[in-house]
Amino acid sequence: MPVSALNCQKVFLMTKALSIRGLKKVYGNGFVALKGIDLDVEQGDFFALLGPNGAGKSTTLGIVSSLVNKSEGSVSIFGVDIDKDFSKAKRFLGVVPQEFNFNQFEKVKDIVLSQAGYYGIPRAEAKARTETFLKELGLWDKRDNAARMLSGGMKRRLMIARALIHKPRLLILDEPTAGVDIELRRSMWEFIKKINREEGTTIILTTHYLEEAESLCRNIAIIDQGDIVKNTTIKALLQQLNTEVFIMDTVEKLTQAPQVEGFETQLLDEHSFEVVMQRGQHLNDVFVQLNTVGIGISSMRTKSNRLEELFVELVEQDRNKQGAANRESDQKDKVSA
Amino acid sequence: MSVQEYWIAFTTILQKEISRFTRIWAQTLLPPAITMTLYFVIFGNLIGSRIGEMGGFSYMQFIVPGLIMMSVITNSYSNVVSSFYGARFQKSIEELLVSPTPNWIILSGFVLGGVARGLTVGFIVTVLSLFFTDLHLHNLWITILVVLMTSILFALGGFVNAMFARSFDDISIVPTFILTPLTYLGGVFYSISLLPDFWQGVSMLNPILYMVNTFRYGILGVSDIDVVYALSAVAVFIVAMFTLCLTLLNKGKGIRS
Repeated sequence: MPVSALNCQKVFLMTKALSIRGLKKVYGNGFVALKGIDLDVEQGDFFALLGPNGAGKSTTLGIVSSLVNKSEGSVSIFGVDIDKDFSKAKRFLGVVPQEFNFNQFEKVKDIVLSQAGYYGIPRAEAKARTETFLKELGLWDKRDNAARMLSGGMKRRLMIARALIHKPRLLILDEPTAGVDIELRRSMWEFIKKINREEGTTIILTTHYLEEAESLCRNIAIIDQGDIVKNTTIKALLQQLNTEVFIMDTVEKLTQAPQVEGFETQLLDEHSFEVVMQRGQHLNDVFVQLNTVGIGISSMRTKSNRLEELFVELVEQDRNKQGAANRESDQKDKVSA
Repeated sequence: MSVQEYWIAFTTILQKEISRFTRIWAQTLLPPAITMTLYFVIFGNLIGSRIGEMGGFSYMQFIVPGLIMMSVITNSYSNVVSSFYGARFQKSIEELLVSPTPNWIILSGFVLGGVARGLTVGFIVTVLSLFFTDLHLHNLWITILVVLMTSILFALGGFVNAMFARSFDDISIVPTFILTPLTYLGGVFYSISLLPDFWQGVSMLNPILYMVNTFRYGILGVSDIDVVYALSAVAVFIVAMFTLCLTLLNKGKGIRS
């Protein structure tokens, strides 16, 4: 391969799927939704954007997908600045919004076909792609039904099919599994994982199901009150956990919690107890000690979602920090007054 | 986007608009056909026979061009206002906003959709009028040109209304309180020469008067006003309204927060 071609490939790979700098949004009523955030998402990543309600997630994604006007800052999608060539940037982007945003009276296939048309895809090609995606998402049998006749889960899948029709390189999923049953949620994630793995499509996901983010995503940003509180890998984030609680089911009947040196234990019922593990401790030590006192473990699970604990902790820390900063600034104002 | 891609995006919007109003034909095409037939029967046949001639033609012949134009105006306007506001209300407009389709294509697609409905209803009303009277075209090209320009202008008007509307009530305010009175006072049912001088002057401020009269000139060859002046004024209004709509779209009025 010629050197120039290699360089081009290198530059291409270095380009971020999404690059946000100093993004600020102030709504007409004066509410500051984003306070100047920076965010990078690598190509091919499966990225989670988490935050409580009203944190600024949907505003960020709205600006990226042109549904919200930004107040300040810059956004580039695969190196294309949206202020310079939004039309080109939009070609890279597929969006599955939080709320259903299609004409409920239109037929399922027509919704997907029309979207292809908006991207300038010729009719024959659009028809072939529509068939492929509707089949893959289990909607082909419903193609001639009006969208309003679909169940909630089907409507979500319809929005995914619509977002994929132009084969975007960056797919934004804004709480796509909200209100979807467990079975359907799993099949949706299998499909999205396949796209990420096989097509190399970069995925940005917002969700309230933190276990989803933990099991699917490689990188994560936590946003709260318009600020990025944390931006790291899921692995690095989970390493910040100081304690973790495991529930152990025993073969033998218990009358009291087993004494395990160095670990805090508590009896739950006659066949289960919980163990609190500090960072740096090993589960193996628990098993060795239980084995010596003749207690066999039949099964084991974590007590709560680890990411959820961290998420709550980080958001609280950020709010305390901001509260302290506000109090300090109020005091300074009083002094200067 | 290439020219071919622009074309595909434009025809997609247009086809969607046409299939929308044909799918709900009982709400869009049938009512004006019934209303206009009633106008022909009551005003043309029953009352018109007692009125006698107007502008050198039977009263029925005189009102037919005005009624055709009235249907074109109302339907071009209401198609765009209801379709675009409906898309805003259901948020399906976001399908277009996230796509690379430029705003001028979005605007052209919706406007041409309105024109398609206006012309379809105009055609239906024209065919119905032939059951009541004979129509002879005085000038085909002026007839086509004025009906097309009027339809474009009012489709653009519907677009502006849809962008500012905050509820379904808002999309009926303009047609009820502005469009209908202006149409009725725009020389559909009478020649303004029948009015006292003062009211003739006031009538000259009504833009619909120019369109109705130009259309009547195309069909009957008689008009209360200068045809070239009327066509030029409509053309200027079209350019101004198109620019206004495009500016509103670019700013995201009512569609982007």
